[in-house]
Amino acid sequence: MIISLVFLSLLMALFGGWLFSHSINVRPWEVPGGALGERPAAVTAPRVGLAVFLAVATSLFALTISAYMMRMEMGADWRSLPTPGLLWFNTALLVLGSLALQRAWGAARHGRRGELGIGLIAGGACSIAFVLGQGLVWWQLEAAGHYLAANPANAFFYLLTALHGLHLLGGLVVWARTLFRFRGGATPERLCGSVELCALYWHYLLVVWGILFMLVLST
Amino acid sequence: MAERGHDSASYAAASDIEEMELVHPKTFIGKYIWSQDAKVIAIQYAITATAIGLVALVLSILIRLQLGFPNAFSLVDPSNYLQYVTMHGMIMVVYLLTALLLGGFGNYLIPLMCGARDMVFPYLNMLSYWFYLASVLILVASFFVPGGPSGGGWTLYPPQVISQGTPGVDGGILLMLVSLSVFIIGFTMGGLNYVVTVLQARTRGMTLMRLPLTVWGIFMATVMALLAFPALLVAVLMTICDLLLGTSFFMPEMQTLGEQSSHEGGSPLLFQHLFWFFGHPEVYIVALPAFGIVSDLLATHARKNIFGYRMMVWAIIIIGVLSFIVWAHHMFVSGMNPYFGFLFATTTLIIAVPTAIKVYNWVLTLWRGNIHLSVPMLFAIGFLFTFVNGGLSGLFLGNVTVDVPLSDTYFVVGHFHMVMAVAPILVIFGAIYHWYPKVTGRMLDDRLGKVHFWVTFLGTYVIYFPMHFMGFAGVPRRYYAYGETAFIPDSVVTMNSVITVAAIIVSLAQVLFLFNLAWSYFRGRESGPNPWQATTLEWQTEHTPPRHGNFGDELPVVHRWAYDYSVPGAERDFIPQTVPHEGEERR
Ligand code: HEM
Ligand SMILES: [Cu+2]
Repeated sequence: MIISLVFLSLLMALFGGWLFSHSINVRPWEVPGGALGERPAAVTAPRVGLAVFLAVATSLFALTISAYMMRMEMGADWRSLPTPGLLWFNTALLVLGSLALQRAWGAARHGRRGELGIGLIAGGACSIAFVLGQGLVWWQLEAAGHYLAANPANAFFYLLTALHGLHLLGGLVVWARTLFRFRGGATPERLCGSVELCALYWHYLLVVWGILFMLVLST
Repeated sequence: MAERGHDSASYAAASDIEEMELVHPKTFIGKYIWSQDAKVIAIQYAITATAIGLVALVLSILIRLQLGFPNAFSLVDPSNYLQYVTMHGMIMVVYLLTALLLGGFGNYLIPLMCGARDMVFPYLNMLSYWFYLASVLILVASFFVPGGPSGGGWTLYPPQVISQGTPGVDGGILLMLVSLSVFIIGFTMGGLNYVVTVLQARTRGMTLMRLPLTVWGIFMATVMALLAFPALLVAVLMTICDLLLGTSFFMPEMQTLGEQSSHEGGSPLLFQHLFWFFGHPEVYIVALPAFGIVSDLLATHARKNIFGYRMMVWAIIIIGVLSFIVWAHHMFVSGMNPYFGFLFATTTLIIAVPTAIKVYNWVLTLWRGNIHLSVPMLFAIGFLFTFVNGGLSGLFLGNVTVDVPLSDTYFVVGHFHMVMAVAPILVIFGAIYHWYPKVTGRMLDDRLGKVHFWVTFLGTYVIYFPMHFMGFAGVPRRYYAYGETAFIPDSVVTMNSVITVAAIIVSLAQVLFLFNLAWSYFRGRESGPNPWQATTLEWQTEHTPPRHGNFGDELPVVHRWAYDYSVPGAERDFIPQTVPHEGEERR
């Protein structure tokens, strides 16, 4: 549980600090005095929404990782899984996807429609390839006799990759909607918000994948 | 914007709120079924939660009839008994209290009290309700599958819950696990809305420290729920794998019904950690909204500002944070390292400090207040008694040495029903009596309300107070019948019958309440916009009930905090949040 607790305490420290800065020296029952600063314009509802969602997803992954580590110690039956080389290739795909969406975001901000389209499509394609690649990894492992139920290490590998993959698929739904709007002729300015959310979400999932991959490699 | 000096509006959180685009459907279905209006969604949540809650109430009566008069009725057999206990607990905790307090009150009150037109992501909000409804229906379906619903306990402990021989293992348990997953996904959609709306959609002048405590309570509870439900989700998904795919996350090697199971090496303790990492925050997810609401009820009906507003806010936050590091107090008897037990006993007892601060502040709010014993106030005061009672028994249980003999006895049942069942339910009733006029434009009947209060309040005491003594006598929980058990004295048997009678009477009082809800909807006295003369924004709307969009053409501007009651020198004994301070020009 240490990992989950570390994550939670960081989050709560952030939250507490923010609240503290808003409540210190505020006497709400009095006639208000000096100005207390505005909410920065960059803080928009969709961005805050994404941030909150990422906190929820992080909680989910942190808890799963905690369970992974605890189960590793609790049973004597843990036998590590060989790491299929394909995972490295998949990782590269995900990096490319993230980069492409980053490009698309930049293009959307500067109103470059063509580049936006290429970035979007490339990003989505890489991610779909990643998901398929992960499926292939599963298939390889099955074929090599590393069944899901054979060992907790296997079970956790399948569980973690499935959770990560599902999050990516969720992202792809938003991505598909954005692409649809793009095809429908929406301007880069109007798409900018969605593309930004996609890009940020992809970076997040890349980091999560990096951590999960390292976890699998190191244990 | 330039001419705005250093006044409330210049630090207005949402000073330049763009008007949101609201969806304005024309048809009945668009308005009331596929609605994206948070108020309609709130009512949908409330009705669904009440309906499923009534199912749980009926189950509890069946349980009680069995316990009170073991030989008189043969309504349930031992398997049914376990199934009903399980379903009762799960429904009440998750599908009634969590859904009603956050989905119901959260949806109705957050936008209104913050001065927003609606939640920030209305479509997601609508989806949240439909996910919730689906989860309820899936759960209900488990009554009708072969083998019936799960009987493994609301705590879902493996290996019991998915072992052959446990009632419901053939289908009921899978449906319950799936239902929980759907609930969590739906809740996350709603929860995102509640949090982001509080953060981003407050109207001009509504600073954080001017929010009514109701919003604070619901807000923090939502934050906790968003972070804690993933623990349940992980636990549930892993249990599903163990059940269907033969993995051994939680399932150890064992023999069931003479057969060797295919699992090996799994750790039931791992499940307990995950479950209680969710489970303890969950109890405060239910408690914090109640804390918030009760603060507002007390202030309004005692015509006094809440004592120690900032302390109350911080107490809510600190309780929320601390409740993530006490989970293992539910596992004192799991064979944990004694130092570990000591650690968790300490954190558990520390939570009592902010909780006690809140209680003192409530009492001090009442002190020398102009107390109106209206029905909401009665329920709020009833809550104080019940909550203090349950909190004190919590302190007993928080000490490892005291907990060990009391674990799994009726003392625990008494504790959590006092603190988590009756206390929040009293607040919910109080809140319904308080806000019903806003929702419908009519008052609930006062006399029926008073009868409802006294029967419920005194009745629940008769039900749950004796359970503490039964716990001391060592009566274990979750038993179908005690038979001729030597250590169980006759007085316990008598007590059980008395409790059952009280439970039936209390349930009947709820019928009275439902009747009141229905009758007053058509015949109740017209309430006008602000029957309690309250300060918060929801009472200042142009229409009662508020229309879609909540406020008139312009959003209200907030000039003061939510607790300006009995301000010396003021004309009336309350000043709405929208009234500027003297010398401050009105915009
Ligand atoms: C000062 C405050 C509290 C303390 C020290 C405390 C302590 C405890 C302890 C140690 C247990 C475990 C008993 C056992 O299984 O042997 C327990 C059980 C429980 N508590 Fe509390 N508690 C407190 C407040 C609350 C509140 C506010 C709620 C709900 C709103 C709550 C709900 C529950 C529930 C539902 C259980 C039983 C769960 C089960 O085994 O089915 N408690 N409490
Ligand atoms: Cu607890």
